[in-house]
Amino acid sequence: MDYRLSLIFTLPEIILTVSSLILLLVAAFGGVKSARLVTILSVAALFGASAYALEFLTNPSFEFGGDAFYGLYRMDGFGSFAKLLIYFAAIISLMVAPRFFKDSGAYRPEYPVLILFATIGMGMMVSAVDLMTLYIGLELNSLSAYVLASFIRNDIRSSEAGLKYFVLGALASGMLLFGMSLVYGFAGSTSFSVISDTLTGDLSTGPLIGVVLVLAGLAFKISAVPFHMWTPDVYEGAPTPVTAFFASAPKVAAIALTVRVIIDAFGGQTPTWQQIIVFVALASIVLGAVAAIGQQNIKRLLAYSSINNVGFLLIGLAAGTEQGVSAMLFYLVIYLAMTLGSFICVMEMRDADGKPLESLSSLAGLSQTRPGLAAAFAVFMFSLAGIPPLFGFWGKFLVFDAAVAAGMLPLAVIGIAASVIGAFYYIKVVKIIYFDDPAGEIVRTGHKTENGLIALMAIAVSPLGYLAIPLLAPVTATAAQALF
Amino acid sequence: MNQLDFPILSLMMGLPMLAAIICLFVGAKAARWLALVTTLVLFALGIVLWANYDVGGPQWQYVERLELFGTFAWALGIDGISMMLIMLTVFLMPICIGASWESIKDRVGEYMAAFLFMEVLMIGVFAAQDIFLFYILFEAGLIPMYLIIGIWGGTNRIYASYKFFLYTLLGSVVMLIAMLWMVQDAGTSNIPTLLNYDFAPEAQTWLWLAFFASFAVKMPMWPVHTWLPDAHVQAPTAGSVILAGVLLKMGGYGFLRFSIPMFPEASEQFIWLIFALSMVAVIYTSLVALVQQDMKKLIAYSSVAHMAIVTLGLFAFNRQGIEGAIIVMLSHGLVSGALFLCVGVIYDRLHTREIDRYGGLSINMPKYAVLFMLFTMASIGLPGTSGFVGEFLSLVGLYKVNSWVTLVATTGIILGAGYMLYLYRRVAFGELVHEDVKAMPDLSAREMALLAPIAAAVMWMGIYPESFMAPIRGDVGTLVARIDRAAPEGDAHLKMGEAKAATKAHETETGHGESH
Repeated sequence: MDYRLSLIFTLPEIILTVSSLILLLVAAFGGVKSARLVTILSVAALFGASAYALEFLTNPSFEFGGDAFYGLYRMDGFGSFAKLLIYFAAIISLMVAPRFFKDSGAYRPEYPVLILFATIGMGMMVSAVDLMTLYIGLELNSLSAYVLASFIRNDIRSSEAGLKYFVLGALASGMLLFGMSLVYGFAGSTSFSVISDTLTGDLSTGPLIGVVLVLAGLAFKISAVPFHMWTPDVYEGAPTPVTAFFASAPKVAAIALTVRVIIDAFGGQTPTWQQIIVFVALASIVLGAVAAIGQQNIKRLLAYSSINNVGFLLIGLAAGTEQGVSAMLFYLVIYLAMTLGSFICVMEMRDADGKPLESLSSLAGLSQTRPGLAAAFAVFMFSLAGIPPLFGFWGKFLVFDAAVAAGMLPLAVIGIAASVIGAFYYIKVVKIIYFDDPAGEIVRTGHKTENGLIALMAIAVSPLGYLAIPLLAPVTATAAQALF
Repeated sequence: MNQLDFPILSLMMGLPMLAAIICLFVGAKAARWLALVTTLVLFALGIVLWANYDVGGPQWQYVERLELFGTFAWALGIDGISMMLIMLTVFLMPICIGASWESIKDRVGEYMAAFLFMEVLMIGVFAAQDIFLFYILFEAGLIPMYLIIGIWGGTNRIYASYKFFLYTLLGSVVMLIAMLWMVQDAGTSNIPTLLNYDFAPEAQTWLWLAFFASFAVKMPMWPVHTWLPDAHVQAPTAGSVILAGVLLKMGGYGFLRFSIPMFPEASEQFIWLIFALSMVAVIYTSLVALVQQDMKKLIAYSSVAHMAIVTLGLFAFNRQGIEGAIIVMLSHGLVSGALFLCVGVIYDRLHTREIDRYGGLSINMPKYAVLFMLFTMASIGLPGTSGFVGEFLSLVGLYKVNSWVTLVATTGIILGAGYMLYLYRRVAFGELVHEDVKAMPDLSAREMALLAPIAAAVMWMGIYPESFMAPIRGDVGTLVARIDRAAPEGDAHLKMGEAKAATKAHETETGHGESH
């Protein structure tokens, strides 16, 4: 094992680790006034890491990837692609945060540092090919996330969100760890490839429980039904930029991790996990749609929307094919744009004093007071509902195409029919924005950073997004190929 | 590229799209004029399209293809049937804009943008040559229509807009799964290729049902028609016109372009379903129309009945039936659009659609009464109007397949005469009893300009239908040849020798000319 290669392969993580440790010191000595500097440097570090991830993804000499540190970590197209998405989401969450926290007077340099720590954890998650790396990455991300959720210390809802997240997250980690130890016990190794070679044929009860528990722990992390309960509470309580971060980067990381575990480690057990994933996918789609209907808080509504979207993503995984994984990756790109866009729109919802508004009714008649914001909101809602010609449709199109190609017609038909239930609450938001009389609560005009980002995301999910298909499709295909 | 050497279809989609975006940023007056000018330019382009259409030339004309999206292509092209439906669209659009000229006062820019975007999608649906492009444009129509009904609609607009959106969405999503399967099976998403691909008969059954779910809702067929009366009643006048005039035709077009030629065996297999639902629709919705108090609702129900004649004609599997069905589609597009405009004219004056509030309009609004009479007669299917040509041909075609169904369908036409004449009597005849009705002025110049062109088109189609039949003749011939292998046997049991000779005579140009 060549240490030089190992170090090269882990360069994105190394860059982030070194810079986050330095920035932590800057934060500790510089105090609150260094917040702006730390944020800018964090964004720069993320750009640096992205550059290497992009290099690994596109440079033909890294085409076949490579193992680092004796098979604990793997650099490949799949991981690099996921990392790019994660870094992108982290950058956006950093860009919009200062202004949001400024109004509540709570912006501190720890925020960017915690985001960086979480991002390192996520990078490890998506590159893990060993249960140990997986767990360490996951915990690094989760621990940072617990703190981020309760970042506004004097806000009771924020503290509640952090505590809830921590308790339930610990429970899920426990399940995951128990499952991993069972899998390790029966397979004799923590390495994915060994597990995949050992766990073949009909499983006895022990390893079966192990597989199920691992999947349950992962389902918690991606907030799939029936392990979704924490999502609405945490999304509602956490400060909005943090919620935007939770809904985007860790979601991508957890889904990529799940895909890798299922395809790489449990690849020999397709019938075992497939029925679980099919159930989880359909349950997430239906519950994510039905439970959102009664919500009055936009952040809770978006939380259910993310549960709903995870269901659609898992349909691609249920197919279990290269095409399915590639469809998921493409879906994730679109999902990021839609989710980040909608959450930045939520951040724009403020009254005259700058107090954040979260109720759906405060959106009433937004189209007459802030037409641009309203149009962007409507675009995101229609896109999340998967109505063509908006680009959100394409993600659904691809996962259903993969399911049909894999011969899972009933799954595809039920899944797409259930998507109509989801359409109901998305168009309800549009109704509030466009049909109702103005409530006149949202009066502040936006800042140009937020407005620019909203416009960017809205253009990405507009029909113009289809022009990106020839560009993105080969990349997602290459990334998916790395797993098979 | 094509006979014009420039991508006219893309231009016809790009122009209104551009105008729609500009409309969002300009004031009310500018938006109105911009929308009107754009739709008139599109109508002119439509005439160019028709004038240069090579009747008897290749099946697909004005073909464009750009591999823009990797998985599917920006592929456009039209045959005669598509062209006639595009003509209907571009003809009705300026009229819609004109109809909204004074009645829409709020958020005019957004309104005009929604209509122009709608026009892009409608032209695109009829011109799409890639099945996924078709789906995207077909579904996209939900968004502007949802907004049009929801923002500028009547009192119960929110319920109606939800119902419209969810009903049609639920119908369509399963069709997408069927399309995905078809493309994987056939290896292409190109519609002209798929039209000649033979799917396994067992698969056809399922595919047909998936497409049926979508088109039956869009058409709409009984019993999934219930969204239509609500949507019509709540939509602004121009919204109703475009809904009845063009959007409903997408269902018929879908049957014509996908269900029948791609799954002929399944179409034959489910002919009983189509006939049964259509028979119920013709009788039931006509009876429902008879007791309506709301004018728009009455016309909406009459639309369901007319669309049932279209499905009956389409599934007759023969030339008369299909040609008749297409003519009914075109005629209904004009006539129901005009009837909704007529309702809009008096609604603008009195702000009620209740039939009993009117009466005796022929005394103080003679011009209106004449035009309304013409469209009433066209809706009934009086010879000399467009309604007659289509209904007669459809029924002739249907008679060859099943005389009992024809009997029921014809009864529906008599009922149609019943409810339309009853409506006309209550609105136009009798004494002027209400003071406010007495004060209503006759048609303004703007309203005349809206209704007169439709009246002219209705008469033209009724007196010299050959203009409209010539472009579609070849395409219907291709379609009939394609589905001939599955055509059902008629129940008439004519003597074999004579029957064959009669069929042959109809195939030729002269024989066809004599038939009407």
